[in-house]
Amino acid sequence: MKAETIETVLAEIEAKRPVVLATNLETGDQRLLHPGDGENESECADVERALRVDACIATDAEGGPRVFYQPFNPPLRMIVVGAVHIAQSLSTMAALTGYEVIIVDPRESFAAADRFPGVTLNLEWPDAAMESLALDQRCAVVTLTHDPKLDDPALQVALRSDAFFIGCLGSKKTHASRLRRLCKAGFSEAELARVKGPVGLPIGSRSPAEIAVSVLAQVTETLRKPAP
Amino acid sequence: MPDQSEIEVLVAARDWKAEGHGVALATVIKTWGSSPRPAGSHLVVRDDGFFLGSVSGGCVEGAVVDDALGVMKTGLSKVLEFSVTNEQAWEVGLACGGTVRIFVEPVQ
Repeated sequence: MKAETIETVLAEIEAKRPVVLATNLETGDQRLLHPGDGENESECADVERALRVDACIATDAEGGPRVFYQPFNPPLRMIVVGAVHIAQSLSTMAALTGYEVIIVDPRESFAAADRFPGVTLNLEWPDAAMESLALDQRCAVVTLTHDPKLDDPALQVALRSDAFFIGCLGSKKTHASRLRRLCKAGFSEAELARVKGPVGLPIGSRSPAEIAVSVLAQVTETLRKPAP
Repeated sequence: MPDQSEIEVLVAARDWKAEGHGVALATVIKTWGSSPRPAGSHLVVRDDGFFLGSVSGGCVEGAVVDDALGVMKTGLSKVLEFSVTNEQAWEVGLACGGTVRIFVEPVQ
């Protein structure tokens, strides 16, 4: 690898821009490809897939050049709306799993630094907070307040973003009325199908920490085993 | 997202090269069966034999470092393969029973 290539990869990581290193395994030649780049349609698709599943892809087509595609993605982020009890467990577990965690809650008594040591707290109104976070395909959004005036504005921004996961805490009944409100706000059924509610895998969680496990498990599943 | 240890490997490759060392980079490009490090894992080797990172659970690093020193001299990249069915298994095989293919290239 050329020293300049390493330099560029490190600069892209620093700038949080996704990039794929393509190595021709026969010649050792290397290229850096951004989303949309590629010599042909099939290579563009490989670049896109490597970034989406965040895993290396090796092409070994008969006769064709053997090329190895290694993605360098921006860091994962989890945006938790609602500085509630579950958020305390979830923020710690998500950080261990590699997420940069941002908690959004305009209620100062909830979003108190003492309750969330070391976690980034954003006390803006959820829609403003979410806009300022510039959500991308490496973001998971989890709403935990159950309060439409806090959850809904956050969801509206999340639904217009490329976030790979959107999930909402609340009973099936609460979730059904949430979907009705978002539908009235102009979101289509297909758009709303992205919302996972009630959020979390059904593992019989009881305590806030157990619910956090179930939420993080579902986020992980969505990240690592995306629907084909 | 490359985890922090992978970024540290690339930083070391850059810094050692800038200091005037010979440097080679090894990358796991394919694994079969159980294998401890996924494709994309890096090992960086300096011309004095010092290395950082890993391409297995410590089973084949010694052999990869030897090949990396050779690659620094020739300036030519190469592909290595290790498995328990390999004849080399007695020396540097993978106890886990997997197979791993590794690309070794000079940093220029």
